Amino acid sequence: MPTRAPARTTNLSYAVERGRLKNGLRVVVLPDRTSPVVAVAVYYDVGMRSEPEGRTGFAHLFEHLMFQGSASLGKTEHFTYVQGAGGVLNGSTHLDYTNYYEVLPNSATELALFLEADRMRSVALTQDNLENQVAVVQNEIRVNVQNRPYGGFPWLAMPPVLFDSFANSHDGYGSFVDLEAATLEDAESFFRRYYAPGNAVLAVAGDVDPAQVMAWVEQYFGDIPGRKVQPPPAFSEPPLTEERRAVVHDRLAPAPALAMAWRVPDPADLETYLPYVVLAEVLTDGDAARLQARLLLKDRTATSIGGYLGVMGDPLDARDPTPLMLEVHHAPEVSADTVIASIDEEIARLAHDGLDQGEVDRTVARLTARFLREVDPVLGRATHAAVFEQQRGRAELLNELPALLAAVTAEQVAAAAGTLGRDNRAVLELRPGGES
Amino acid sequence: MPPAKKLAARPVPPLGKQRTPKLPTVGDTVLDNGLRVLAVRRPGVPLVELRLRVPFAAPTGKRGASHVARATLLSDTLLSGTEQRDAAQIAIDLQALGGQLSASSDADRLGFGGSVLTSGLPGFLDLLADLLTSASYPKREVEGERDRLVHELAIHRSSAGVVAREALLHRMYGDHPYGRDLPSAEDVQLVKAAQLRALHANRIVPEGSVLTLVGDLSPARATGLVAKALSGWSARGGVAPTPPAPPQGGRTALLVDRPGAVQTTIRFGGAAPSRTDPGYAAAALANLVFGGYFSSRWVSNIREDKGYTYSPHSGIDHPPAGSRLVAGADVATEVTAPALLESLYELGRIATVPVSQGELDQARRYAIGTLALSTASQAGLAGLLSQLAGAGLGVDWLRQHPAALERVTVEDVLEAGARWFAPSVLTPVLVGDTAVIEDSLRALVALETA
Repeated sequence: MPTRAPARTTNLSYAVERGRLKNGLRVVVLPDRTSPVVAVAVYYDVGMRSEPEGRTGFAHLFEHLMFQGSASLGKTEHFTYVQGAGGVLNGSTHLDYTNYYEVLPNSATELALFLEADRMRSVALTQDNLENQVAVVQNEIRVNVQNRPYGGFPWLAMPPVLFDSFANSHDGYGSFVDLEAATLEDAESFFRRYYAPGNAVLAVAGDVDPAQVMAWVEQYFGDIPGRKVQPPPAFSEPPLTEERRAVVHDRLAPAPALAMAWRVPDPADLETYLPYVVLAEVLTDGDAARLQARLLLKDRTATSIGGYLGVMGDPLDARDPTPLMLEVHHAPEVSADTVIASIDEEIARLAHDGLDQGEVDRTVARLTARFLREVDPVLGRATHAAVFEQQRGRAELLNELPALLAAVTAEQVAAAAGTLGRDNRAVLELRPGGES
Repeated sequence: MPPAKKLAARPVPPLGKQRTPKLPTVGDTVLDNGLRVLAVRRPGVPLVELRLRVPFAAPTGKRGASHVARATLLSDTLLSGTEQRDAAQIAIDLQALGGQLSASSDADRLGFGGSVLTSGLPGFLDLLADLLTSASYPKREVEGERDRLVHELAIHRSSAGVVAREALLHRMYGDHPYGRDLPSAEDVQLVKAAQLRALHANRIVPEGSVLTLVGDLSPARATGLVAKALSGWSARGGVAPTPPAPPQGGRTALLVDRPGAVQTTIRFGGAAPSRTDPGYAAAALANLVFGGYFSSRWVSNIREDKGYTYSPHSGIDHPPAGSRLVAGADVATEVTAPALLESLYELGRIATVPVSQGELDQARRYAIGTLALSTASQAGLAGLLSQLAGAGLGVDWLRQHPAALERVTVEDVLEAGARWFAPSVLTPVLVGDTAVIEDSLRALVALETA
């Protein structure tokens, strides 16, 4: 083994306590007395990939409905209780999960648990609220996609090129037609199937007494009847055998952009997956990265380059299948093929010549520092712990990840680069202006 | 199903007893070279957060425009080379330390923001010293960044939000530096590397600058490391602060055409009290009740009741030459006039009708609680302390402001509403599809078109 630089020996030691209710709800508590604040996060094991055909955007629409009231709470009261306690809150919908969270002064820990339990127990679904939130979601899509240059690029535009199945390829924000077709019956059936306590993980991080938290969890969530939960479906697809290319036109964009994607190994096996996480950083993390050095500093053919694992940019919150994505913005006078050829050369060089362990070490040093920065706030700690517990049964990965990243070798990164071929990738060009 | 119909409501539990957050102990030292260093020990992850603010005010008038262009390009190329390191070496060194560092500029200041593994702090500060004392602005890098900036400005300006912001700021401030927070492509094209070197030499000076460090080390050790690393930063110079700039509210609404837009981007701007104004706490609470958080009237009305929009929001910014109120909502094109009508109604209501005691108490608890949340991470605390220092305020503000919020009455909110939120004192800008929305808007307000 090569010697490790001091920066690589970073360890975290957050205490992790866990419990499970009879109805199947899994609970992780990460006590920390540094500041009198708490984060509460509930992760339901359902995301955009699980929504039914003809109901694109439904997982996200349903997330909105979870804020519209429950047996003890009228419309908007969830917000007024959390914000009136001095807290902040939100929810978000991802490919494989939907989360809901609050960050509050720790005096509101019991309140937050009550509020999450009430909607898990008894979400109130009404036709008025459904219609109102369809309109709100349509405005969310207008502001983030339709009225925005590069809106949805590449996270909505790449999946239909890279994948074939409905689950993996459809627009998770949803078509307006599908959103308007959604019914209360759809919502009730979605809730019954996916929002069962046994399909959720509750994470609590911050200034709390774990025994007290478990007592409140039992009090408020304990009488929610358990419902049968199906294991998450396998969404895997056969590997690509030839290059796929597509073009999108963006009438608001002033300049072209390019995205490239390769399917990577199943994230469930971290030992084979993490080298790809490091590879994305070796290629694109800052001016010391391979593609920046080549395209931004040397050739000056690109104006910005990004690279990451996962359609939505978080390497550790998606199940199989998931891609390594590159996103490049370039001047109109540079052709996409010129950019692609340079990227191909750099990837081939990395795969063929390999790299120094020092390059891996410095890349891992910053990757680790970024992870630490994410878990310093209680919310980042709760959300990472929740998704690790949900998808891997291991909230402790929070503490273990730095050492796992430090174990990645130069040989593994070079080997990963060797799998990014021309015949197993998807390439998407964004061209400015309307379709001619 | 749904189960809600069968299940009884339960009583909502009360809040527990709140431990008052301890005020951070801030080491506050002025070094021999004039640099002020704020340092706080905040255990947690083994990182140190760094913020450096350098006064960088733009002059008014034509010179202001070229300053904004130069300052933007200067911050874009600061990390592109020093006497000892080229751009790649700077990037490699930062990465190896587990560090990230970026520079930015606005009409008032040049800022560095970054973080580093605690073990890498000495090397990080050496690199910072290298940048401060010998950034070289290599010609090739400056030219490359210049082209890139022109490209990125075009991308920014294709966004409706940026179009609206530029139009609003220009309308509120005219030729004052606050009237343009993005440079023009023409001004950027004219910038030369030698001008950046001169600007750096004259303006990036320790006197008047504030460096804030928050992380898992003692203030004494942090300050000692800074004193050692930055002792060679001794340039003299400096500048007058940005001239006062009360924003011009109450101007005729401006309509900017964005043909085919599926939404109209609505913004309102006006003056607001600074953090040190005795009326600030009341204005902050009036802002929350009107549109400053989700539980506000504006959100309830145009989002949760009518579905016109996704994310209406109002907030108070504190640029040093004058604080301002900016409120915005992106609404579906076909409901533009009704959304403007409801917005004017809610602004008029906060300006003329007392809020309820319940609305006030709720907003107050939110303001006090979220201030405490914002200090609960290393990055949050560093950012807040640096901002406060830029406004001439210390950590005591984290006690004083909640106390001031506690004292605000319904009458105070009404007074603040009338003074800062009345439709007559705000300047509206709308960016949308003129062909569809203009006629119905004219039924509500006088309009100028851009």
